Amino acid sequence: MTFLILAVIVLFVLAGIRVMSIAALSAELRNNRKDDIITDAENRNQGNLWVVFLIAFFGFCAWQLYAYGDKILPEAASAHGPAIDNLFYTTLALITVVFILTHIVLVFQAYKHAGKTGKRATYFAHSNKLELIWTVIPAVVLTGLIAYGLTVWNDVIYPGDKQATVIELYSKQFDWTARYAGKDNTLGRSDFRTIGEGNDLGLIEDSKSDDDIIVKGEFHLVKGEPVQFKFRSRDVIHSAYMPHFRAQMNCVPGMETMFEFTPTITTAEMREKLNNPEFNYVLLCNKICGAAHYNMQMDIIVESKEDNLKWLAEQKTWAQTKAAATQTAATNQESTATATLDK
Amino acid sequence: MSAMDSNNTHPEHDVQILPGVHQHEHAHAHAHAHAHAHAHDHDDEHEHHDTFITKYIFTQDHKMIAKQFLMTAIFMAVIAMLMSIVFRLQLAWPGKSFPILEPILGKWAPGGVLNPDFYLALVTIHGTIMVFFVLTGGLSGTFSNLLIPLQIGARDMASGFLNMLSFWFFAASSVIMLFSVTIESGPASGGWTIYPPLSALEQAMPGSGLGMTLWLISMTLFIVSSLLGSLNYIVTIINLRTKGMSMTRLPLTIWAFLVTAILGVLSFPVLFAAALLLIFDRSFGTSFYLSDIYIGGQALEHNGGSPILYEHLFWFLGHPEVYIVLLPALGITSEVIATNARKPIFGYRAMIASILGIAFLSFIVWGHHMFITGMNPFLGSVFVFTTLLIAIPSAVKAFNYITTLWKGNIQFTPGMLFAIGLVSFFITGGVTGLILGDSALDINLHDTYFVVAHFHLVMGSAAIFGMFAGVYHWFPKMFGRVMNKKLGFAHFWLTFAGAYGVFFPMHFLGLAGVPRRYYSNTEFPIFNDLVDINVLVTWFAILAAVSQIIFLFNFFFSVFRGQKSSQNPWKSNTLEWTTPVEHIHGNWPGEIPEVHRWAYDYSKPDREEDFVLQTTPLTEKEIAEGAH
Ligand code: HEM
Ligand SMILES: [Cu+2]
Ligand SMILES: [Cu+2]
Repeated sequence: MTFLILAVIVLFVLAGIRVMSIAALSAELRNNRKDDIITDAENRNQGNLWVVFLIAFFGFCAWQLYAYGDKILPEAASAHGPAIDNLFYTTLALITVVFILTHIVLVFQAYKHAGKTGKRATYFAHSNKLELIWTVIPAVVLTGLIAYGLTVWNDVIYPGDKQATVIELYSKQFDWTARYAGKDNTLGRSDFRTIGEGNDLGLIEDSKSDDDIIVKGEFHLVKGEPVQFKFRSRDVIHSAYMPHFRAQMNCVPGMETMFEFTPTITTAEMREKLNNPEFNYVLLCNKICGAAHYNMQMDIIVESKEDNLKWLAEQKTWAQTKAAATQTAATNQESTATATLDK
Repeated sequence: MSAMDSNNTHPEHDVQILPGVHQHEHAHAHAHAHAHAHAHDHDDEHEHHDTFITKYIFTQDHKMIAKQFLMTAIFMAVIAMLMSIVFRLQLAWPGKSFPILEPILGKWAPGGVLNPDFYLALVTIHGTIMVFFVLTGGLSGTFSNLLIPLQIGARDMASGFLNMLSFWFFAASSVIMLFSVTIESGPASGGWTIYPPLSALEQAMPGSGLGMTLWLISMTLFIVSSLLGSLNYIVTIINLRTKGMSMTRLPLTIWAFLVTAILGVLSFPVLFAAALLLIFDRSFGTSFYLSDIYIGGQALEHNGGSPILYEHLFWFLGHPEVYIVLLPALGITSEVIATNARKPIFGYRAMIASILGIAFLSFIVWGHHMFITGMNPFLGSVFVFTTLLIAIPSAVKAFNYITTLWKGNIQFTPGMLFAIGLVSFFITGGVTGLILGDSALDINLHDTYFVVAHFHLVMGSAAIFGMFAGVYHWFPKMFGRVMNKKLGFAHFWLTFAGAYGVFFPMHFLGLAGVPRRYYSNTEFPIFNDLVDINVLVTWFAILAAVSQIIFLFNFFFSVFRGQKSSQNPWKSNTLEWTTPVEHIHGNWPGEIPEVHRWAYDYSKPDREEDFVLQTTPLTEKEIAEGAH
């Protein structure tokens, strides 16, 4: 409390010092007895300034659109992406019209009706007709928008029943792990209590997990094949955001969430389109999760079925990883044993 | 307190109407007020009744409490604004050293480079201060307190004592919030929404330790303050209106404050519940929000809770909260626009209906913050529906403001400029709500800079402009002086340009996929093309911040040396301008005036003046025409 009062006092004092330093100006201001009344000239000026503002503002918006228009909404690389983009551009067109028209009307009033002595405003308190018009028109337009939006939403959220490949995206501070369900297309069960050395995802002994494939750094998808992502988190909420695929879903500790989509453009094709050989699709974290939230990422490679099979064949299954681990452990033990014997 | 149950609708008995003051003080202040009417120059007499402490610190006078809220809010706003400049520097020039930061932030900016943990801390405290301390406590606290008694014709709030408590809880919570920034482990850093488990587990980030505890304590006090204030506002508006002040004669400011207070009373307790459960989870090992967590090399015991529960509770407050921020600003705007357009507010009843409509709908849209939490998609559809419905009353309000200007005789006072600026922000920020409220589009835009752009325009900038409009407009009522108009013009245009320059470009960042709450965008090559937007935004932010020096200077200069105000400088109709310029206890020296008409008879035909005070009796002709 004292801190606050002190701080307020300090502000007062500072202001006081400033006041003293411009004593001359203050004298002048005190002579100007018309301070509260806005003169006709000032009203005219301000009315004109609104027009200047509007031109500048629209100019600014247009320039931004020109400069960055091609960087927004990068080409959608999923089957449902274009539907979302169409909905977006439809809504954008609509609101741009509303935005421009209302601003023009607003600023025109300011310009046209800037105050003047002797002028009198029109006493116009209400009009049921006008009010009805601008209640009904938005209501009708919004009904259309809601219907359109919900159709798209349903299409995205309930995709067709074509069998999708199951991939788990597992999040923790501050990285991602992808787990492929393997030949049986079923993820093995897991339990956070079994997390430990060599078992980052907390898998439990389960025949279904043996063929699961766990990868870090990047994961691969097949063009034209639906993938069903299952999201988990081990610590705090994260969000799996894949902007090029118009896909996002939170990863919530204690529950499993899902999102399904079909990639439509391979990484190679996209690199060619963008004329950028370095380009990669990315998975970002989009829910504040701690200091390195801004750098929690994984690359996504979209490729043909063949390439994908080849890549998968190079990865170790969970059973293989475990076997290798046991072996290393055994070797380690042996060498420790030998070391002890040597002594 | 005794006055709350006494019959207050009869101003004749106005001795009873000094609520919250001891009975003998009543009579005393009353007599004193009468003396005022007779002699004029007795400031010294005034002084010896009030000590410095009772006049400036533990005051129960609503006008002084309003000023206390305003001063605190300005102070907090300056801090929050400076924080935003610090993190904007990092966003524009990531990793660059700003030597000035090291002496200020110490270990949080080694070598002048902001540390990532502290970046999040600054964002969190910036958001918390702006939303709660500036635009909730500050905005309602200042203007509800100042205007409710003055505009409804009451001698003070229903309970001056609770009102005083409300301010001191607010002050205490402000101090704790600011203090939390200085502690060793840093303040709360999980975003202003403090989602668990991040905010629940100390292992998750340093700010979730003591900093989070202090945040929760501070917010608890804040909620108490807000509830005390809101209850007082509601009771006062319902019970203490002067004779003739029917609900449909109330200025729209009062309607807005009333509905805001009701929203606060209904939603803040839910935030309190959410915070309480979080405190339990943090300190007493319960599992309301926590389950299946492995962190810091350890599997935690917590079992069976869900963070989603927290999100529901939080947003049940959180969404009404944006209207708690916005409605008072809209109320102020209605008043300022009508007065300075010299016209009745267009569609008075439609304005009331839309305030009520917005308030009602604001309780059933919270799910639009949770479309992608894994919530049942059908439930998502319902929230899309209710969310887009809110656009209707909002559109009505915007159109009505514009029509109020039509064929007006617009006086561009600084207050008026800010009010028109608010309308512009309300439109620009509001239309993008149609995008974010559409669940299918929110999939791709949730938690990106598009959201930051949207809410800064529609809630941040609009409400701040409403607050500025109010400060310029009622400054004469608060300090008996007028703020300098030339400085006001400069302040307005620079701030207006600055705010659009900061927030408009953020739409593009969001559409390109840049997430919010990122310490830097340099880790992703896909964002490399966007570096110059961030630089542009930061320059505009600096411009906007520097422009506030003009305001601060004008404000404090005018408090002491500003042009003395006449009694009714803007030629307004409402009751506050019938009180003397000098503040007195009980507001009116004699009886409380009776009200005979609504607040918006500007430029009424057949009248010589272009305003008609609410205290002017209706003429025969007006009655015949069905005037109210
Ligand atoms: C000088 C003016 C301001 C600037 C430059 C500014 C800038 C920013 C930026 C860039 C962020 C996002 C940071 C990030 O996500 O990493 C942010 C967050 C935020 N700002 Fe502001 N802001 C300003 C004024 C305001 C005002 C007036 C409000 C009042 C509503 C406000 C409320 C918030 C909130 C609620 C957040 C979110 C905090 C969070 O993510 O937890 N800001 N601000
Ligand atoms: Cu994250
Ligand atoms: Cu909301």
